[in-house]
Amino acid sequence: MSTVIENAALKNSALEYIEETIEAVPELVEVRTSAAEGFAENNFPSIKDEEWKYTNVKQLVSSNYAFDVKEAAISSDDIKGYLIEGVETLVFVNGKYNAGLSNFNSSEKVYINTFAEALNSDKKELLLENFGKHADNNLPFVGLNTASTTEGVFIHAKRNAIKEESVMILNVVSQSNLVIQPRLLVIAEEGTQISYVERNAILNNAEGTLVNAVSEVTIGERANVNHIKIQDEDQSTQLVTVTEAKQADNSVYDNVTITTGGKLVRNNLNISLGEHCEGHMTGLYLLDEKSFVDNHTMVDHKMPNSYSNELYKGILSGKSKAIFNGKIFVREDAQKTNAFQSNKNILLSPDAVVDTKPQLEIWADDVSCSHGCTVGALDEEPMFYLRARGIPEDQARALLTYAFAGDVIEKIKNEAIRNVVQRMVANAMGYPLD
Amino acid sequence: MLKINDLKASIEDKEILKGINLDIKEGEVHAIMGPNGSGKSTLASVLAGREDYEVDGGDVDFDGEDLLEMSPEERAQKGLFLAFQYPVEIPGVSNTNFLRTAVNEVRKARGEEPYNAANFMKEMKEKMKIVSIDKSLMSRSLNEGFSGGEKKRNEIFHMAMLDPKLAILDETDSGLDIDALRIVANGVNTLRDGNRSFVVVTHYQRLLDYIVPDFVHVLYKGKIVKSGTKELALELEEKGYDWIIQEVEGNN
Ligand SMILES: Nc1ncnc2c1ncn2[C@@H]1O[C@H](COP(=O)(O)OP(=O)(O)O)[C@@H](O)[C@H]1O
Ligand SMILES: [Mg+2]
Repeated sequence: MSTVIENAALKNSALEYIEETIEAVPELVEVRTSAAEGFAENNFPSIKDEEWKYTNVKQLVSSNYAFDVKEAAISSDDIKGYLIEGVETLVFVNGKYNAGLSNFNSSEKVYINTFAEALNSDKKELLLENFGKHADNNLPFVGLNTASTTEGVFIHAKRNAIKEESVMILNVVSQSNLVIQPRLLVIAEEGTQISYVERNAILNNAEGTLVNAVSEVTIGERANVNHIKIQDEDQSTQLVTVTEAKQADNSVYDNVTITTGGKLVRNNLNISLGEHCEGHMTGLYLLDEKSFVDNHTMVDHKMPNSYSNELYKGILSGKSKAIFNGKIFVREDAQKTNAFQSNKNILLSPDAVVDTKPQLEIWADDVSCSHGCTVGALDEEPMFYLRARGIPEDQARALLTYAFAGDVIEKIKNEAIRNVVQRMVANAMGYPLD
Repeated sequence: MLKINDLKASIEDKEILKGINLDIKEGEVHAIMGPNGSGKSTLASVLAGREDYEVDGGDVDFDGEDLLEMSPEERAQKGLFLAFQYPVEIPGVSNTNFLRTAVNEVRKARGEEPYNAANFMKEMKEKMKIVSIDKSLMSRSLNEGFSGGEKKRNEIFHMAMLDPKLAILDETDSGLDIDALRIVANGVNTLRDGNRSFVVVTHYQRLLDYIVPDFVHVLYKGKIVKSGTKELALELEEKGYDWIIQEVEGNN
């Protein structure tokens, strides 16, 4: 399984790493091997691929990364700034689970644990039935993640279980040029209610991190799942994420993705809806310097009477660039679909760029769909109004951009998490809250 | 307080102010009247520092300083206030948070201690009484969904909070019913303390029954074509603008 491709340092080192570690978790050998075979055959995407037209990963895939982890002494003090009050936390350090830093409650009703623990318990079958079955292993980044998985988080909510506390999966990186590949498997059975957060923490001035994350989320009937991604890594981090959510009838899935920068960020969020479902996709990207963020979303209305609502907002300064691509599919059977999409961008610098593309494919005839996008500078009228009341220009701009981001932040239901994001956004905007 | 000397301004190469002269002393109230489109709002905007307008000539002295050299925020911090003819709706910025930022910036610039939360609330409560503005408007987004009257009251409330030396009220009476007009005028009269100066821009004489001016000027086609005392406003009310226009056009 080693076709050597030029300029594919990532691929070669990944295949080597996979080979070395393939026996690490006996239960996963089969699925990993099969994913690895696919990964070996498929090339990483180039800008000739329609889906990657604006996002060039050439440099990302031809760089050298470390797969080996050096011993890292990370203390609870080091990660204090990333913890959120009232939110339980699973901590991984350089890709390895760290029990000492973690603090969460797994129960009979809502099971939360690492793959290793789950495979050692009666959850084994369920995990193996679902791991790698929802996200497409033929996609190179997904295949790579699946083939590399030795650690991961499994959340399983049993019928009608409600977990009040949110759970955060915190991936700490403390070594430069490291690849980490977080993997999350969520099964929310019917009538359940859960909420979780994914976040990475780059510590000790580690640079050049590559995060290749995959989440598979299965949402049962009447279940309600809240999924938040906080992407506030440093400017040298590259991040590729794939989230695959499948909703059964009458369920609600609510995804909020907040990004404050990164060298290259590519988020792929795919939702498929049953009947009478609600799917919410909300995003905010606040970019400066040379940050590059690409949000690709896809909502697939397969059944009638469902509602999807997408709102992505961007604030760009410096030479940053953002891509938004939002696909809405409404299948023939999906009558009475309500699908809304909106992408709004504010450019604070003449060198910032946004490419926004809605893609609607509608085969049903009785549907209500709308989409819209805006790209522009801050309005002058409000700026003048604020300044004429004594507020300095910089602060007026910060206040207005912060207000622009407001309705995205409001979508975060958990107050503690919302406050953290509020502060993060205000700081990124140069408008620190007191 | 404010001395305007031969001020000329244009927008998009269109000459609008064609040499304005005005001398406003401490504590005085000047009314500026004139038909629509004569340049009243332009004058107010240029004084407040709106950058869309090009100043083509003249100078403006504000308390011994060159007003035209200052940014809009500096003008506000030095004590100039403009009540907008069309207050801007700003979703997502709460009236209170905005005001607190504005008031504290102005206080800082004046070398005063910024208000803490408690002092600020106390100050707000006091000043809200002046225009009997509803408390519920404080937590809402700035002007968003406010009625016409609420917007105008909010402007006067902002004025009370910012405590300016000179306030320019641009058509603050327009769109107000008589009760609202009285409330707004009362607010202004409360703040008329003998030191603070006012420029009251209005199309109608009606407001001047309540805010009695020391001087009345008529602006027409970018020039002040007539000045007088409050009796001039009454004359305009009675006879309309036509006789002045004829007088001016006849002279040309
Ligand atoms: N932004 C603008 N662009 C072009 N012309 C303008 C603009 N603002 C005002 N004007 C013109 O300037 C003149 C004066 O307008 P304005 O100052 O609003 O008058 P008033 O307040 O006395 O009614 C009008 O002829 C108006 O059309
Ligand atoms: Mg006007």
